[in-house]
Amino acid sequence: MNSSALVINNLTKTYSNGHKALHGIDLDIQHGDFFALLGPNGAGKSTTIGIITSLIKKTSGDISIYGIDIDKNFVKAKTYIGLVPQEINFNTFEPISEIITNQAGYYGVPRNIATPEAEMLLKKLDLWDKKDQFSRNLSGGMQRRLMVARALIHKPKLLILDEPTAGADVEVRRLMWDYLKQLNDSGTTIILTTHYLEEAENLCKNIAIIDDGKILENSSMRTFLSKLKNEKFILYTEDKIPRDLNLNGHHFSLIDDNTIEVSVSIDSNINSLIHDLSIKNIKVKSLKNKTGRLEELFMRLVDKNGK
Amino acid sequence: MENNRNIQITAYKTIVRKEVLRFSRIWKQTLIPPIITNILYFIIFGNLIGERIGQIEAYNYTDFIFPGLLLMSVITHSYTNTVSSLYISKYHRYIEELLVSPIQNYTILAGFITGGVIRGLSVGIVVILAAQFFVTFTVHNILLMLIIITLSSTLFAMCGFLNGLFANDWDDINIIPTFIMTPLTYLGGIFFSISMLPGVWQDLALLNPILYLINALRFSMLGITDVSIMFSLFIILLFNAALVSFCLYFLNAGKGLRT
Repeated sequence: MNSSALVINNLTKTYSNGHKALHGIDLDIQHGDFFALLGPNGAGKSTTIGIITSLIKKTSGDISIYGIDIDKNFVKAKTYIGLVPQEINFNTFEPISEIITNQAGYYGVPRNIATPEAEMLLKKLDLWDKKDQFSRNLSGGMQRRLMVARALIHKPKLLILDEPTAGADVEVRRLMWDYLKQLNDSGTTIILTTHYLEEAENLCKNIAIIDDGKILENSSMRTFLSKLKNEKFILYTEDKIPRDLNLNGHHFSLIDDNTIEVSVSIDSNINSLIHDLSIKNIKVKSLKNKTGRLEELFMRLVDKNGK
Repeated sequence: MENNRNIQITAYKTIVRKEVLRFSRIWKQTLIPPIITNILYFIIFGNLIGERIGQIEAYNYTDFIFPGLLLMSVITHSYTNTVSSLYISKYHRYIEELLVSPIQNYTILAGFITGGVIRGLSVGIVVILAAQFFVTFTVHNILLMLIIITLSSTLFAMCGFLNGLFANDWDDINIIPTFIMTPLTYLGGIFFSISMLPGVWQDLALLNPILYLINALRFSMLGITDVSIMFSLFIILLFNAALVSFCLYFLNAGKGLRT
């Protein structure tokens, strides 16, 4: 069996206005992966997803899904894909249960099979008691969950999520993360684009960073994160920090009398920093990463590309 | 192949069901207005004005205009159903539900067209029921009548589909009804026989495709016509074939749907 869920070869897209959105990108996403496709706005993420799902016509290149070339057998290739788009796109005058069962019908799943499946999905995503309501009456978080349910009704092997938690509150995001993890554990390959880099860092096994229509990075999350040589921490202290503080080679800056920002090399140990401070009678009350590791690397990569 | 066929059949049934539910849910907007409009036509044109006109080809005026009025209601609603359904689904972007799924373009077209035809036929039935109080309902050839109504409905459902593909805003969906359908329908012999027109106008009237639809339906109901029935059927089939080709061509090209 082919272990690649999605293979993209030399994919290019030039829009009718002349804008070149993709400059020949290549990707190979393995079955069972939880893959992050990240990039700033306008980088080419949504264009790539649009082409995979045939909402956008490619200019050149090849795409195969589980070994099926989308140009040769798009019907079969599309049965493997579920899409959660970036923007809410329901018929707002249709009841929720209809939205799900209709989507099943478009994938050839008969109503008598789709109805119990829809019930199971809506219960899992905590929407069952809303099944007869029109989608326009749902909150933003519920609408996001409904999009996930709709994308899963035909049991796709490859789920593509284009910013699925955009605008959702923390509770909805956490619920969604848990559910996506379960799905991935059960064998569904997931491609995620998101602006919440913390989300990608927590969920994804592999990552590609795209900018200006080119893939800048394509590796495992672990390999990518290991490129970070320094991490910045914010330390909150109980005691006042003296202006003439010396921290044995750590770069730092005072934010206020009780807050300090310190850069710690990935090779050194944060315990030694806390120890140095305690020797100087400064007790650390709490600490946090200034930015996520992925965010730090992402910004460096994208900034470098911009230069 | 078998699997593809099953997918397309299930998808087709789903689109049709969705389309029928869509206009059924808003029956007050879709099924009641044509009844009111036609009753007004029967009262004003049939009874008030018709009595002064007298008989046309042995039929009183209300009976003479009824096939044209029936056809106008059917084609208008077939057209409206597909253009509004397609355009609204583009506007709210839920057309993407169809576009990302493994549905072939011919299935999408067939689903929308069937929805439009069912609405057209539903309107036809309610108009016929309402007409019972005003006209002497006669049928010369029931099979021909059903064929003409269905083919006319299909034709205009496809016009609506094409308009929906090309429409970029709400104003665009009224272009065909305002500038093409309404003038051609009114000039197509609903209210008159073209034999009543002076020479050159008779020749010009023959260029109007809707004239053939109205005359074919009038023949199937009353047994009278201004033009050859076989030629009318040929014109109707020709336009249907041409519109199927246009619709599929533009769907395959992704016009208005895929960038």
